[in-house]
Amino acid sequence: MSAETMLDREQAILKKMPKKRSTLNRKEHIWCYVFLLPQIIMFLFFTLWPIIASYYYSFFSWNGIGWPSEMVGMQNFIEVIKDSNFLNAFKNSVIYTFGLVVIVVPSSLVVAAILNSPKLKGSVFFRTAFFLPVILTMAIIGIVMKNIFAFQGGFLNSILEKMGLIDTPINWLGNTSLAMVALVIVGVWKGFGIKVIYWLAGLQSLPKDVYEAAQIDGANLFQRFLHITLPLLVPFLVVITFLQTVWAFNVFDLVKTFTNGGPFFGTDVVPLYIYRHAFEVSGGLPRMGYASAAGIVYGIATMLISIVFGLLIRKYGGNKV
Amino acid sequence: MVSHKPTKKIVSVLLHLVFLIVTFIWVYPLIWTISSSFKSNRELFSGTISLFPQGFEWRMLLPQNWPELSEIFHLSNYVKAWSIANFDQYLMNSLLFSVLVVIITIVLCSTTGYALGRYTFPGKSIFMGAIVATMFLPAGYTIIPVWQLINGLSLNESLAGLVLAEAGGTHVLYILLFTAYFRGIPKELEEASKMDGAGFLQTFIRVMLPMAKPVIASTIILEFVSAWNSFFVPLIFTIHRPDLRTIGVGMYSFVEDNASELSAMAAGATISFIPIVIVFLLFQKYFVDGIAGAVKG
Repeated sequence: MSAETMLDREQAILKKMPKKRSTLNRKEHIWCYVFLLPQIIMFLFFTLWPIIASYYYSFFSWNGIGWPSEMVGMQNFIEVIKDSNFLNAFKNSVIYTFGLVVIVVPSSLVVAAILNSPKLKGSVFFRTAFFLPVILTMAIIGIVMKNIFAFQGGFLNSILEKMGLIDTPINWLGNTSLAMVALVIVGVWKGFGIKVIYWLAGLQSLPKDVYEAAQIDGANLFQRFLHITLPLLVPFLVVITFLQTVWAFNVFDLVKTFTNGGPFFGTDVVPLYIYRHAFEVSGGLPRMGYASAAGIVYGIATMLISIVFGLLIRKYGGNKV
Repeated sequence: MVSHKPTKKIVSVLLHLVFLIVTFIWVYPLIWTISSSFKSNRELFSGTISLFPQGFEWRMLLPQNWPELSEIFHLSNYVKAWSIANFDQYLMNSLLFSVLVVIITIVLCSTTGYALGRYTFPGKSIFMGAIVATMFLPAGYTIIPVWQLINGLSLNESLAGLVLAEAGGTHVLYILLFTAYFRGIPKELEEASKMDGAGFLQTFIRVMLPMAKPVIASTIILEFVSAWNSFFVPLIFTIHRPDLRTIGVGMYSFVEDNASELSAMAAGATISFIPIVIVFLLFQKYFVDGIAGAVKG
């Protein structure tokens, strides 16, 4: 605080010397623009333009060759929301996302709370272990998991059989619901560690004196967690839930290499659906316009979820430390 | 109170035990991958659960028995993955790709963060507003315009195009990290540097950038891991250039064409995991700091 007021005062003093300052300012401003120029160019070409173009393309029937010319109005959008395959993929995306959020968000908090406890020895070791899957290539994880979950001779079935938990191997990836279960398990495993880090950041930002007071009042560990820690963590809860939701909603790599949307589109998700229409068309031309429209419908769905979370952050973010 | 102590101790021991078991299961897919990379294809298809390849005995760990050991551990899987499945090339591609992406990102975000963090100038709020606004707009399927753009620049099917497509987007998190860090550096340092006659650029390179080492380290590690693990962009941009494939895409196309080569797959996966795990273990602190900064900010 005091450093900031000092800076303010300094700037106020500097402002009182207008002549010298203005030439200096202009020079500085030019330098600032020079510094920003690369980012501005990149921003215009790789962020702003792609957003505008993705809207523009969505009104055309276009195979991606040349510049789109055959305008079809809202037809792509109508086709998207009427397509049962899109709706199926959307439903799967929601199931996958919901599964991940419900499992990961609370359990990662429990793990973080234990890791944060001074009574646990070797917390850095455990944290590293939980974090390890996060840094591994998602696409390669999908390939590895495909073999671990394999029907015949897969590691998971073999170990479950040896432990006597199952009599016959389970066809994990050959059954639509089980494939979704497997996908959720791997998704949980892959993203768990990063949420633990988020929660740890939250836990470490909590004021210590409240705990000491509660301890003196005779509150036990569980009571303290329930009545003090949890309410203080609400802003983090909202942010972490939001990040997990967006992350799961945009899953592509894992689904592509693990199940490729199968069996029978049982794990087909929207990013994979769009990819198929744009880049991996079997027996036909790419439908870039249609894919763009599907992308926008999905983008709007994501935005609506973001708005809900935004409102929640506003509501609960006020008492953030 | 005294009677509580032994139960507390038991609870503590149990907790440590549970955590040890859970983390062991947690990292087991990684152990499975490494273990499988030393087995034969035939053994892998038989549904083995053992950690070591068939025929392994502990006495083989003694140095005089190492020749036996090398017969049992199928090191040929690595030879196969490395030279026949082109993992040597994929590894080099991934390395080059990731390093170039990191360099571009650092240059873009450090300069942007410096200008935003330390100076006020006309148009600053417009710039900030535009960046933030695009974060909240539903983006649609932006990879198609990026693909068109790279084609338009005649960079399609080149390493430069691939790197640009990956690094080109606005990295808001890193910009914010740099902005916050540069803002926090005391003014006196800059003044002193100017007294010595250093200009804007010199002050930035000689004084400010060296001070921003923690943020640079966080950005390097976060972006390196992100680029190394990138799949979507390399998948799309190397469709017609197999020789440009990064390790994730290379691995994917390898198993698509050779579904029965389980042990070479495992060896390839191990090759791909090693660099990133080493990078992570070495720079874990910066990684965790960067991520924690993301959620706190």
